[in-house]
Amino acid sequence: MGFQHRLLGGDALNAAVSETVSLIALLAVLAWAVVRPRGWPEAVAAVPAAVILIAAGAIPAGGAGAEARQLGPVIGFLAAILVLAHLCDDDGLFRACGGWMARTRAGQSESAGSRRLLAQVFVIAAVTTAVLSLDATVVLLTPVVFATAARLEVRARPHVYACTHLANSASLLLPVSNLTNLLAFGASGLAFGHFAALMAVPWLAAIGVEYVVFGRFFASDLNAGDPNVRPRRDRARADRDRDTGLPVFTVVVLALTLAGFAGASAAGINPAWAAFAGAVVLAARGLARRRVAPASLLRAADLPFLLFVLSLGILVKAVTDNGLGRALTPLLPGGTSLPALLAVAALAAVLANVCNNLPAVLVLLPLAAPSGAGAVLAVLLGVNIGPNLTYTGSLATLLWRRVLRHHGSSPDLGEFTRLGLLTVPAGLVIGVLALWAGLHALGG
Amino acid sequence: MTNSDTQHRSVYIWVCEGTWRASVDAALSLAPAGARFTLLHVTSADVPDAARGAYAGLFGRGHRAGDDPGTRLEKMAANSARDLLEAAADRLGRRCERLEIQGRTERAVVAASADADLLVVARDGDQTRLGPKSLGKITRFVVDHAACPVLLVWPESAPDVATIPPPPHHPAPVLPGGST
Repeated sequence: MGFQHRLLGGDALNAAVSETVSLIALLAVLAWAVVRPRGWPEAVAAVPAAVILIAAGAIPAGGAGAEARQLGPVIGFLAAILVLAHLCDDDGLFRACGGWMARTRAGQSESAGSRRLLAQVFVIAAVTTAVLSLDATVVLLTPVVFATAARLEVRARPHVYACTHLANSASLLLPVSNLTNLLAFGASGLAFGHFAALMAVPWLAAIGVEYVVFGRFFASDLNAGDPNVRPRRDRARADRDRDTGLPVFTVVVLALTLAGFAGASAAGINPAWAAFAGAVVLAARGLARRRVAPASLLRAADLPFLLFVLSLGILVKAVTDNGLGRALTPLLPGGTSLPALLAVAALAAVLANVCNNLPAVLVLLPLAAPSGAGAVLAVLLGVNIGPNLTYTGSLATLLWRRVLRHHGSSPDLGEFTRLGLLTVPAGLVIGVLALWAGLHALGG
Repeated sequence: MTNSDTQHRSVYIWVCEGTWRASVDAALSLAPAGARFTLLHVTSADVPDAARGAYAGLFGRGHRAGDDPGTRLEKMAANSARDLLEAAADRLGRRCERLEIQGRTERAVVAASADADLLVVARDGDQTRLGPKSLGKITRFVVDHAACPVLLVWPESAPDVATIPPPPHHPAPVLPGGST
């Protein structure tokens, strides 16, 4: 290699070439992930791109190996959580939540019921996101919430929008709530319990901001209703017959898994093992009762997604190591003073909105980590709350969807954006204030 | 009006979640005898699109068609609209047409009712006082733009007239040339 360096005119040129090649590869993979040609998995582009960069020497094999070793447990953790959420859905946990929301509304007027339903949706969506990750809220909970609103004859809009917003802003609490958190968890050097303790108040603050804004923004949808009527009895009875009770076993396993996260981490064991154990218990029970097919478990683990995350990690490392890191370092303020944390969170939110929060967090983590856990958590506030500015999580995806115009009627973009402008800056500022106060009270 | 004038009056009832009972009841008590009723419901694409957008925001998940919550919401919305129109037809208890439209709610209602003799609309905003806030944004658009006569009803008994704030105190205008 040294001989080649001299031939090419030195390290600087070589780094420039490597950076260019890495950047092109990363941008191509990100573009693929946005465009998704023929609906092929994102890994189809990301894996070969990572292999090419390693083969071309843009990232040394050792560096790629180190990144893979670092990402391996994170990806295992992610797979366990995805499977756990899938099994909870199979056991009827989300249907039971829908039934609970519908039943507790009985005897209330439609307008009072709509506001109460919003409060219940906030609680369930925030807890679901925190414990089972944002994927569970978007894919598994949102349809249940819509069905509940329809069953109660209240307008679904505020409740469905609440799910989409909370999938992002309520994903601050635990390392498992969002893949961005899992990636940052290792870099933060915090124990599971310490992470949760520092993020608890910012999490509540972000949810509080959303709740206040939603109550006013959707006042008309929430007020619509005739207080003197009840949903039709025959339908209510048919719906009740379909209701399943709370799957107690599943909830107990989930609670033990949560306790296991904190316990394992405190004992110096990777909390991914607790997630793995929880998933194994629920899967074994489901398989024994023949309610779960092995193939569905493999599908829930989403192997192509895991490969995509691994490859994306290697691609981003190649780009940062070859020069982008040095270029971005001056932009990122050091330390954990309040203005520094605010600036880090704002930069993270902007970067997440340009493309997506996954590459954004991968780029920012190595830059924020030297400033300590506080800076890493500020990055998370930015990349988790920020995507609510656009309803697709990033401008790139939004623009591509506008280009495609999948559907005859385009959604009311103005309404989404206004809602995002009301919740995101306020959520960021209040969340960072809460984080800063927590860092002083609990220590980073 | 003679009987033959009123026989073919077409009355559109805008069926909305939460307020449709009041609209149906008002149509029953106030529409001319022999009117032809049309129950109109619009399913907006906004809500399924919000779910679809959130799913698109999940980067790298492969996006298998069966997982897209937007598609599931679309199906559920269609079922819910059908149920709602059926319930409204039951309450009306007369022969009626059911019209289910997909699109931007406010524009679809105005377009569909353009040739109607009457459109029945329920207020859907602040129900506690008389005033402009008693209409939500979408309902406001329909009332402002409707091409046909509109019957605007309160979903419950109307608030008291005293809920209107007192007029601002302006000095009495001086009439031009008036000496009295």
